[in-house]
Amino acid sequence: MLLVKDLHAYYGRAHILHGVSLAAAAGEVVALLGRNGAGKSTVMKTIMGLVPAASGEVVFAGRRIERLPPHRIAQLGLGWVPEDRRIFTELSVMENLAVGRQPARADAPSWSEDKLFTLFPNLAAMRERPGGRMSGGEQQMLTIARTLMGNPRCVLLDEPSEGLAPIIVEQMARSVRALKEEGLCVLLSEQNLHFSQAVADRAYIIEKGQIRFGGTMAELAADASLREQYLSV
Amino acid sequence: MTFASIIIQLLNGLAAAASLFLVSAGLSLIFGVTRIVNFAHGSLYMLGLYGAYSLIQLFGRTPLGFWGAVVLAAFVVGLVGVAIELLVLRRIYKAPELFQLLATFAVVLVIKDVALFVWGAEDLVGPRAPGLSMAVEIMGRRIPAYDLLLIAIGPVVLAALWLLLTCSRWGALVRAATQDREMVGALGVDQAKLFTSVFFVGSVLAGLGGALQIPREPANLELDLSVIADAFVVTVVGGLGSIGGAFLAAILIGVAKAFCIGIGTVHWFGVEIAFSKLTLVVEFLIMAIVLVVRPYGLLGKPPAVQRLAADPAPPLEVPSWTFALVWLAALVVVPLLADRYVTILLTDIFCFALFAVSLHFIMGPAGMVSFGHAAYFGLGAYAAGLLLKRAGLPMEAALLLAPLVAGAFAVVYGWFCVRLSGVYLAMLTLAFAQISWSIVFQWDSVTGGSNGVFGVWPAPWLAGKTAYYYLALALCGAAIALLWRVLFSPFGYALRAGRDSPLRAEAIGIDLRTFQWKAFILVGTLAGLAGAVYAFSKGSISPSTISIAQSTDGLIMVLLGGVETLTGPLAGAAIFTWLRDEVARRTEFWRAVMGLTILAIVLLFPQGLVGGLKALVGRWREARS
Repeated sequence: MLLVKDLHAYYGRAHILHGVSLAAAAGEVVALLGRNGAGKSTVMKTIMGLVPAASGEVVFAGRRIERLPPHRIAQLGLGWVPEDRRIFTELSVMENLAVGRQPARADAPSWSEDKLFTLFPNLAAMRERPGGRMSGGEQQMLTIARTLMGNPRCVLLDEPSEGLAPIIVEQMARSVRALKEEGLCVLLSEQNLHFSQAVADRAYIIEKGQIRFGGTMAELAADASLREQYLSV
Repeated sequence: MTFASIIIQLLNGLAAAASLFLVSAGLSLIFGVTRIVNFAHGSLYMLGLYGAYSLIQLFGRTPLGFWGAVVLAAFVVGLVGVAIELLVLRRIYKAPELFQLLATFAVVLVIKDVALFVWGAEDLVGPRAPGLSMAVEIMGRRIPAYDLLLIAIGPVVLAALWLLLTCSRWGALVRAATQDREMVGALGVDQAKLFTSVFFVGSVLAGLGGALQIPREPANLELDLSVIADAFVVTVVGGLGSIGGAFLAAILIGVAKAFCIGIGTVHWFGVEIAFSKLTLVVEFLIMAIVLVVRPYGLLGKPPAVQRLAADPAPPLEVPSWTFALVWLAALVVVPLLADRYVTILLTDIFCFALFAVSLHFIMGPAGMVSFGHAAYFGLGAYAAGLLLKRAGLPMEAALLLAPLVAGAFAVVYGWFCVRLSGVYLAMLTLAFAQISWSIVFQWDSVTGGSNGVFGVWPAPWLAGKTAYYYLALALCGAAIALLWRVLFSPFGYALRAGRDSPLRAEAIGIDLRTFQWKAFILVGTLAGLAGAVYAFSKGSISPSTISIAQSTDGLIMVLLGGVETLTGPLAGAAIFTWLRDEVARRTEFWRAVMGLTILAIVLLFPQGLVGGLKALVGRWREARS
């Protein structure tokens, strides 16, 4: 579904991604693990076309997308949930969802407001509330729901558990598993190993803009030195 | 004032507020989504007025003809807005914001000359609205029925806009993009289409605002800049991006102006005050007061943090001594070789170069864009003229004191301006420039009003063109050197630190406001010097030295040359002054030629001329090595 090959990207003159390669299939949850500043968010932004790819390939559903503008990439069915949520604070929950709405596509699950409210029951109770007057957890749910309104085939989830209360993190994990059951491909960036272990099938570890490990969650769980080297703080 | 006359002035004010609201709402909408300060918005209003005039002639003076013309004119202006967006702005959305501003200046110039070509220079007085030409008697006074209709149109448009923005997906997209347009794009919304549609709606509102004025106001070529100034004031007083705020502000300003006219001339404590002449002053005073009390306008909110991945400005390069000395030597030799015409043109260029360098200082390194820099240039020029003619000082004294007068105004204006930032600051500078302009323009007995001041000639020993050339070269050259030197002093570093990271600068103990205030005073004084040198070289001063057009000329010079380089403003001032002189001698339509030239440059060199050349040289060097 999503294939990244030897991707390089820069912020100004700073070389951030040094040849990142990874893959994620439909119905699979893949975790991208790494410490702060390792390049997780940049990988996602570069896939999404928000940071220009200096070289390398991004193939989505059999199509090269690394030169397309973000809105074309989104229209092809690649959804992005930003780390800092970026809720439209002046808009109500319903309006936030309306902005995300895209036409249904044959090869991906379709989402409506009501279906999303069953996935995120908290949101159902605050349809008219402005995004700026919601808690962090509620905003995290809204930002995922907003991206799902675009009926994506694949979702890039940037640190969905960051800064959330444990009970909300659990709810988040259930939601991610629900997406997997719908047949979506999910690429998830995380610092939280426990959250990743609860939801992901496979994992990559990124450090200094390079992939250092790729394998199943079981392999990662078995290798304490790997975790020590790249993930522990 | 009687109660009846208060009511009448209130109604007058409300009628005037309608068009003001329409044009400001359009400006606000466009700015909110695209972050472009569209200087051409007043030009669209002007086109609406001219368009309605011609269409009514075509359709006939029937109610259907009149209203058909008004609506069609607004629609056509909407399409003009779309054309501007598609042909010009869409190509430069990734360029720095100031460059987009430059492009809209160019559009102003082009539209002005198109209007001059199509409709001529004479004011065109439109017909009354058929069926509404009678007056309605209210409390014993007669009010035109059309005015009452206008009073109703304001709230109707406000309600329609509100519905559109809150009850449609388009409205949700517009409001979402106003906050975070990158996110909207990442959700699959084609920003380009959204921008085009917003430009259409905003331009229709401007066109409608103009077309509705046809029975009240003659169509004329000065409307573009006067309307944009009014619209800036209303938008800023109301709060950028707030349609409701624009409505409130339009009413506040419309009514305040109507009362000024209604009060007329009064005698207080033996002083005669002509309130009817103070309409502009009052409008801009309201703005200054509102911005100081509520920095984001009546209903505005602090601007959302923009997520544009704009690269920080590159470090300034110091021009080398050899570079400076070679140029200086060449300029010293010129009068010996060239003819009188070249000498005079270069003297002009020296004045404008200092004007542009002082503007660059404040908008580039100090990070405070000024839309009203002509205030100091013009005040310097007037101070020089008035000290010579009215105070009877010798020319040398007038020339030296004039910059101090301009600097004194900068002390006052700057104190207010440094309390704001970004577009709000830029518009406040425009407001102060307009206050200065309107006082100069209307205070006939001292400033000579629209005629200006005559016989401002230099002392006999400087009367020769060559002698004056050397004086201008010495004074302007020294001032430019001083400004550049200051940029590389700790003071200059502090200013740049404040521009790049205001919080960090404050946190390491830099009192940013005071630094910015001092910078304001410094550049105001030196722009005043440029104006004073200019005044004595011309022998006369007109209010145009202090006009918005003069301010925008300065912005064009700086942006044309490139705001990120030190020498850019010099190149921009030289090329602009020379080109304007060349073109103006050959065609009546010099503005259009200038505008199209600027547009070509904007589209080809989005870094400015000097910046573009540097990039070319850099690429050439890279290719060689």
